[in-house]
Amino acid sequence: MSSFSVTEPSRRAKWFAGTLVILYALITMVPLAWIMLTGFKSPSDAISYPPKVFFEPTLEGYVNLFTTRTRQTPEFLAANPPENWYEEIVREYDMVIVGPSKFGERFLNSVIIGFGSTFLSIFLGTLSAYAFSRFKIPLADDLLFFILSTRMMPPIAVAIPIFLMYRQLGLSDTHLGMILLYTGVNISLAVWLLKGFIDEIPLEYEEAALIDGYTRFQAFYKVVLPQAATGIASTAIFCLIFAWNEYAFAVLLTSGTAQTAPPFIPTIIGVGGLDWPAVAAGATIFLLPVMIFTILLRKHLLRGITFGAVRK
Amino acid sequence: MAPIIIKNIRQDFGDFNAVKESSFTIEDGEFFMLLGPSGCGKTTTLRMIAGLELPTSGEIFLDGEEISQKPPSQRDIAFVFQMFALYPHMNVRKNLSYPLVSQGMQRAQVKAKVDEVAQILGIHDILNRPVGGLSGGDRQRVALGRAIVRDPKAFMMDEPLGALDAEFREHMAEELRALHDRMNATTVYVTHDQLEAMQMGDKIVVMNNAVVEQFGTPQEIYDKPATMFVADFIGSPSMNFLRFEGAVPEGARSVDLNGHMLGIPRQMQGASGSLVFGVRPEHVTLNDSGTYRGEVLATEYLGTTQIITLATPNGELKARIDSAQVARVGETVGLGFNADAITLFDESNGGALRSELNDEVLAHG
Ligand SMILES: Nc1ncnc2c1ncn2[C@@H]1O[C@H](COP(=O)(O)OP(=O)(O)OP(=O)(O)O)[C@@H](O)[C@H]1O
Ligand SMILES: [Mg+2]
Repeated sequence: MSSFSVTEPSRRAKWFAGTLVILYALITMVPLAWIMLTGFKSPSDAISYPPKVFFEPTLEGYVNLFTTRTRQTPEFLAANPPENWYEEIVREYDMVIVGPSKFGERFLNSVIIGFGSTFLSIFLGTLSAYAFSRFKIPLADDLLFFILSTRMMPPIAVAIPIFLMYRQLGLSDTHLGMILLYTGVNISLAVWLLKGFIDEIPLEYEEAALIDGYTRFQAFYKVVLPQAATGIASTAIFCLIFAWNEYAFAVLLTSGTAQTAPPFIPTIIGVGGLDWPAVAAGATIFLLPVMIFTILLRKHLLRGITFGAVRK
Repeated sequence: MAPIIIKNIRQDFGDFNAVKESSFTIEDGEFFMLLGPSGCGKTTTLRMIAGLELPTSGEIFLDGEEISQKPPSQRDIAFVFQMFALYPHMNVRKNLSYPLVSQGMQRAQVKAKVDEVAQILGIHDILNRPVGGLSGGDRQRVALGRAIVRDPKAFMMDEPLGALDAEFREHMAEELRALHDRMNATTVYVTHDQLEAMQMGDKIVVMNNAVVEQFGTPQEIYDKPATMFVADFIGSPSMNFLRFEGAVPEGARSVDLNGHMLGIPRQMQGASGSLVFGVRPEHVTLNDSGTYRGEVLATEYLGTTQIITLATPNGELKARIDSAQVARVGETVGLGFNADAITLFDESNGGALRSELNDEVLAHG
């Protein structure tokens, strides 16, 4: 018996959709996989032609990424045998490790600035979205439009004024400066997305909590927040991805203390010739936090992204 | 448990006046109905009592204390929402515990209290289920449980049966009334269903267009309506209105309808102009000796009784008579009216004229 259903796709449609998704995944995954593999190659394997898919893996790239090294005389090398596995790796090039590289620091900066600005965007975004959603605010529509309008031009268009402003205010190359900047860019997205989510939460839940003896603020964080979790999670991911990957402002406004990973990674290339495995190792590690964050929140994310599309 | 006294409360939403100065009293332990058509301000009134809306003016006394401007958390009033509003991220037990936790009650005590309430409502076997998958009836019970668990001074219920299907409504209505009788809790119940109000309520407030039309027991409201709106809204079929021009002096015991003298309760208020002779269908009889006559337009058989629709010189009239009586469509029959049950209205303002029948009710309503 054959049947036709509006909601259930046919077998052929499923196959077709499945194939498309796999193809798309392959296309997008290849560069990623390539970067990850390159991180484990030796410099010669990394640039060999035709490219090698099978090779002997080495941690050289990672060691080079995290250390600074210097070439030494054969006498010195003979007198000081390597003490551990990473010293051994660099000895192959007649080098010794003289200290850690800046990568760790820069990576930590990225974490502080990325997560800091995400937290601040979500914190401020949730409060203002709640206010816009629940209270009668004079000129609410105009305010919301103004907030949105801050995203209507590419942020980099105001790079020069921001650069001058930051220099005057002493915010150049500071964590606080970068956190504020990324929060400023993300906040409009956060307010708009979160307002949509909070609008969908029926008012009765809060009223029930008020009746049950809670204050307005308790009702907000005990009843509204848990229900906005989906929206908060997906908004947080969008904010983090922007702040984490941002390159242009980072190049312009940071150079030392507060420099994030994106402007730092390319500088590795200049250190000791074209050290592709080290660059690839840096890129791989750089990808991890957003990946882990997304995986941790993926349950919420999937629902969050389809939420607005399905209802209303 | 406590009495609630409402004095001249008014609610404005911007320019819109949702409730005009309204007053009524809810006695301790009463099952009190707020009845009226959609949009008349029932929910707004209920929300003002609970504190979800602060009145623009007026006073609300709960247990002698003026509470109209207090936040809901300080009123100790429970509220059952129309769509139940169970916390979706908590299971049944957590939902029931929530009002107790807010009071800082000990965990063991909370558990004991929740178990007791679950037993009363017959929901102990679903205590650990998430609220998402519950049937309508169980949601309703959980919502009631959350209201009764902390022994509040009074309950507010906004069309609590509105979300249930018709068959289950009746069952739940009985359960609700039984629960009330067992706990004797002051309850204010909003409905737009006059049958529900008549069946369940100790007292009824009938609202229309933001004003209280009448306030009294179901019987008073049915037998002695204060306005044409109440007379029309309550009862099915509703009260017949025979319109006539004329005058009724104070003390009159009869009224002239197209030259036929019809008996009425002794009038305590005179009036003239456009008047209305109001009679419920069950107070109309088919009576061959009656000089006031009407033509049968239709009959509707209802088992023990039947509803006869007649055309009279003063408009259409419905009579509820014994099924055994024969009435043929097209026939012209004589009509009799139970003189003691007649209410006259002044059509210009829709109000009932005071008479021996309704004087006492109109005086306080
Ligand atoms: N917050 C508000 N702002 C503006 N108008 C409101 C607000 N709440 C209610 N109203 C209006 O006040 C009037 C009375 O509303 P209310 O909800 O009290 O009616 P109701 O008698 O409960 O009706 P229903 O049977 O439809 O629930 C309606 O016209 C409604 O549109
Ligand atoms: Mg309502």
